[in-house]
Amino acid sequence: MTHQATDQGSRTLSAHFARGFGLAYTALMRALEPPFAAIQKRVGIKGMAYVFVAPNMIIFSVFVALPMILNIWYALTGSNRLMIGERPFVGLDNFSALLDCKDYLDVNSCKQDRFWRAVHNSVLFVALQVTAMVALSLVTALILNGKLRARGFFRAVFFFPVLLSPVVVALIWKWILQRDGLLNALLLSSGGERVAFLHDASWSFFWTVFVSVWAHMGFYALILLAGLQAIPADLYEAAEMDGTPKWRVFWRITVPLLLPTLLVVVILSLIRAVQAFDEIYVLTGGGPGTATQFIVQYIYETAFANQVHLLGLAAAASLLVAVVLMVLTLLQLRISYHGKTS
Amino acid sequence: MSLIRALTRTRDQRAMHITDWLTYGFLLVGVVLMFGPALWLAASSLKTKSALQEFPPSFLPMGQKEIKLADKPDGLPVYLVPNGAGQSVELALQRRIGLIGLFIDPAKPDADPVRAKMDEVKPVRELTVAWDNYAEPLRRFRFDRFLGNSLFVTIVSTVLTLLVNSMCAFALSKYSFRGRDAMFVFILSTLMVPISVILIPAFLVVTSLGLTNSLWGVILPPIATPTGVFLLRQYMLTIPDELIDAARMDGASEWRVYWRIIMPLAMPALAVLGIFSVMWRWNDFLWPLIVLSREESFTLQLGLATFQGELDTQWHYLLAMTMMTLAPVVIVFTLLQRHITTGIASTGLK
Repeated sequence: MTHQATDQGSRTLSAHFARGFGLAYTALMRALEPPFAAIQKRVGIKGMAYVFVAPNMIIFSVFVALPMILNIWYALTGSNRLMIGERPFVGLDNFSALLDCKDYLDVNSCKQDRFWRAVHNSVLFVALQVTAMVALSLVTALILNGKLRARGFFRAVFFFPVLLSPVVVALIWKWILQRDGLLNALLLSSGGERVAFLHDASWSFFWTVFVSVWAHMGFYALILLAGLQAIPADLYEAAEMDGTPKWRVFWRITVPLLLPTLLVVVILSLIRAVQAFDEIYVLTGGGPGTATQFIVQYIYETAFANQVHLLGLAAAASLLVAVVLMVLTLLQLRISYHGKTS
Repeated sequence: MSLIRALTRTRDQRAMHITDWLTYGFLLVGVVLMFGPALWLAASSLKTKSALQEFPPSFLPMGQKEIKLADKPDGLPVYLVPNGAGQSVELALQRRIGLIGLFIDPAKPDADPVRAKMDEVKPVRELTVAWDNYAEPLRRFRFDRFLGNSLFVTIVSTVLTLLVNSMCAFALSKYSFRGRDAMFVFILSTLMVPISVILIPAFLVVTSLGLTNSLWGVILPPIATPTGVFLLRQYMLTIPDELIDAARMDGASEWRVYWRIIMPLAMPALAVLGIFSVMWRWNDFLWPLIVLSREESFTLQLGLATFQGELDTQWHYLLAMTMMTLAPVVIVFTLLQRHITTGIASTGLK
């Protein structure tokens, strides 16, 4: 199978697809013309702006904005009732229950020890995962930016896992890590001993970090690669004319000019790592015990999966997460803004 | 220092330098680590149930040869049994009694069984591809249903996402009206509110609308995505206003301006959002997990995740189902690789 053949095949296929899509598009849009023309007769050209905004705003208000406000109400009320009218107001009880700890570093001294275990796990996870993610994606981007044979192929290889669904990612690795899996077979054949990778707390934690880095690294490498390619080539040419050593070029040109992109990558990966849930939930289920239970899983289980649905507690926890995410996002917006203006 | 040199190398060199070895070494490990696991999944998914239980596993779907005899529903495993004259014959294992096996000759099923010690016989291995792994889940686990649900959610969501967000972006970029900037800031401010933070109230809204266990409950909430509006608005700002004015002079309605002029010109941005929408929805897990609790409304991801709990011993089905979930994404990726990678690189979306 040559490259050209597949390329051509995909072109004709996408051409057919595009034509079918175009016909459907025209039919739909033309059908919508009379009603919108009738509305325009009533509200005028200026008024149409509101008509165009309306569907988005309605969906947005109902499913995003309203829940944001309701979340605060949930956090301030108790009981396991879902309907807001049936929930008694309890003030800050949920927060004080969550934050009731003699020693924040000792999970067992906390009233909500599961929450704090999840917080501890998440903090450790975020620290390890983001460090590994940024370091590996940076190295990958730098290598892919060099003069390479088959660069497109290697770029695709590193990017490929990004497209996989979290469930698929988890199952791929579960199959490798299980008791009689590939990794244990390799270990045994090289003289090692069988390891219960997903039943040992530390191993299990290691694999949650490893698998999530595996799954998302290509995404960040791609962003960094774009950042590297945006660095003007004449800077490198000038440095070469001056005979500047390679390492100096790296520290004086590449690093400073890549820094804004790198910061964006750090913060994006922080935001994602705080919300880590899907892959880990399917891979380890938070186990063994609560060794790999992170904060979003705590929220999900407290609100929906446990016998008693402690919605107030979960809402309070999610508000705390929201504050963390908000700070991180503001940081990111600030950095991207500065990067664009400078 | 040599590491940095390896990383910053931009020039082609005639001879393979130590830095080249480092580079290609890294890439080789990368290929094995990134591609290997999926390849292993693909190879394993073609193995029979008994071949999957073999340890250590083989890469190719090798399995023990089995022979079906007329009066038995199950296939009998075939072994090489020494026949006393220094040779071995292929016989089927009928029954095991402790360390002794009773073997029958497939050619003469009615003859008396041959007794042999189990540690003296060798299993006969051959390439056995278990296509049944793929066919069976469709019949037994309503896998087709999950596939249909996932397709429905993905297609409807993407069409609605493109429609609703492009209409909004059109108004925000091409009209000046009261409250426009406030609306834009309002939408942008929720960039920092992922669904995982508003699970409970979002579930209340969906419940109040009677949409639990309905695919619409999965489809509707994430349609108005702030990233989508932002992306499309920024792009539409670059479309010259003169085009719109000219169309209005010709008597085109606003709707016509939108679908005849704005949409075709915003195609690159729409393509990026469309590809991402497909990826988001096909792979979505947490929100469907909360909204859908009845099996007939499960999406592929939910069905798979549920089965991995229930079918822990049935890896042969699970692996094949995983492959079937993975396949559409791989196909889309190979068709649209350039759009996806440039889309991500230029927008930072995922």
